[in-house]
Amino acid sequence: MTEFLQHLVNGISVGTIYALIALGYTMVYGVLKLINFAHGDVYMVGAFVGFYLANAMGVEENPTLAKAVIIFIGSMAICGVLGVLIERFAYRPLRQRPRLTSLITAIGVSLLLEFGFQLPSIPHLGIPFPPGPTPRFFPEIFTRVGWEPGGVHISNYDVVSFVLAVGLMLALQYIVYRTKFGTSMRAVSFDAQVAGLMGINVNRIISYTFVLGSSLAAAAALLFAGSRPRIDPLMGLSLGVKAFVAAVFGGIGNVPGAMVGGLALGLAEEYVSGYMVSSYRDGIAFALLILVLLIRPAGLFGTFRPEKV
Amino acid sequence: MGALRLFAQSIYPFVVGLVVLWMISSGLSGTWTIILIVAGINIILAVSLNVVNGFTGQFSIGHAGFMAVGAYTATKITMALRFVQISGLSENVSTQIFFFLALVAGMVVAGIAGLLVGAPSLRLRGDYLAIVTLGFNEIIRVIIENTAFLGQATGISGLPHLTNFVWVGMGVIATVLAAKRLAESTHGRALLAIREDEIAAEAMGVDTTSYKVRAFVIASAFAGLAGGLLVHLLQLCTPRSFTFIKSFEIVVMVVLGGMGSVTGSVLAAFILSLALEGLREVQEYRMVMYALLLIVLMLTRPTGLFGTREIWDVLPKLFRRRAQPAAGGTP
Repeated sequence: MTEFLQHLVNGISVGTIYALIALGYTMVYGVLKLINFAHGDVYMVGAFVGFYLANAMGVEENPTLAKAVIIFIGSMAICGVLGVLIERFAYRPLRQRPRLTSLITAIGVSLLLEFGFQLPSIPHLGIPFPPGPTPRFFPEIFTRVGWEPGGVHISNYDVVSFVLAVGLMLALQYIVYRTKFGTSMRAVSFDAQVAGLMGINVNRIISYTFVLGSSLAAAAALLFAGSRPRIDPLMGLSLGVKAFVAAVFGGIGNVPGAMVGGLALGLAEEYVSGYMVSSYRDGIAFALLILVLLIRPAGLFGTFRPEKV
Repeated sequence: MGALRLFAQSIYPFVVGLVVLWMISSGLSGTWTIILIVAGINIILAVSLNVVNGFTGQFSIGHAGFMAVGAYTATKITMALRFVQISGLSENVSTQIFFFLALVAGMVVAGIAGLLVGAPSLRLRGDYLAIVTLGFNEIIRVIIENTAFLGQATGISGLPHLTNFVWVGMGVIATVLAAKRLAESTHGRALLAIREDEIAAEAMGVDTTSYKVRAFVIASAFAGLAGGLLVHLLQLCTPRSFTFIKSFEIVVMVVLGGMGSVTGSVLAAFILSLALEGLREVQEYRMVMYALLLIVLMLTRPTGLFGTREIWDVLPKLFRRRAQPAAGGTP
């Protein structure tokens, strides 16, 4: 029973992270019908921005709440800007072209971030940027405290991560379904051309969508760095694929679906690797993806709309 | 009579190729042989990926995963038959026959892997295939690294050095011919129709999913062939040779050459392979340059070098005046 509960705690803790990243995929897919391949790498950039900020402020020696807040806001803001820049310079010029073109550009941007960050550091910059291929270790943003109620290990990192992630998802839910921006976003997702005719500034809505998705990815990176502090330029690759699986599982384009999909994937990974085969942990997401595509390609909450001319 | 002529027609490029390759290989220096072998393997990879990404308009970015499947299958077979000899044949001939069998087995198993990956994901639109193949590429690495039978992360070493210029050359001929003849067949027309407009193709009675899956299986099989050739060149089979980086290299070749052009893929694979040899010092910038190349190409010239044109479409036009009397013979 203890083991079962421990897996539950770990699964939820990882699942909320997947959900946060999956939201970025699902929102961009909703408005652009494009898989933003660079999303996993925006997540990676978020982790590194947090790493640099934490080191610059000397968090390791003297962690305070104010510093943690600055790290979060700084990292989310920079990733938001990065998301907008990627959209503006790589995706927007190609919006009217065949979708394959945008897909290839997205892959190009993803590679550029992954391998740009692996280049040797620029000298005389003060900080080791780009970080290079060797992994770095994220400092602890606040002092770790652990509890063991009934033998289940829970740290304050798990609690903070869970509370923040749920808070961000609730905020997003509010933005998407209760604000004017959210209404516009859903309108663009439904039909961009008609939304434009209705006086919605489609470009601006798409930019804001990228800000939202990218900053959520940055938040996810910082929360995840608490339990897995090893960060490297290729970390976004497998996590990006997993988050995409979560988004597809919930029904891509569907905001609540991404949250459920993330949690489901986190729990599935934790239980399957805990009780059955631990060495193939990374294969579980892939198996799940194949299953979803075979049984219900539209995902849990998606509706399958056949393409028409 | 007809069947015999057909057989002769399909076999003569290989016979001529064998003789020509043999002659070239005897005149090559050691360094050049290696460079050309690597270029040849890349051509096989680029041309086969072009069948999916170019002809069919789907987008696979996990070609190296299928290479790995073919490579490990071929490795296992070669290692198992290392000390076996067919009675009545000399050792050399027997080894070559076993090598051929190993390569074919690699193709078959890689094709089956292609079926397993392609069948679920190709029912949907092209961008799903991209991320599924990327995932597959990573998963195959994880599986290999965790399986003792496949040598885990260190891989399997001690393979005999069987890949030579002639074998790779024959592989290139087979791949290019297969791609060319596929493009000119009914089957190929269906693939092109899917690329141009999937909905229209479906309305015209093309079973889109089935054709997409078949194209994907063909491409995977040839990737398996390239994998088998590569490990028998390196004499070592490790998961490091088949990472997603390798997959992206192949994608860059196809995109640079022009998606849909066999000629373009061959040329781009050849040029990039030579360029890599020349740019050894700036190795760490290679992938960044590839990434920039992809983005800039898409923004400025999405058709790549050749677009969908082929050398055998362009050449007759260049020699039209000379070719006219022959062509006008049958009114």
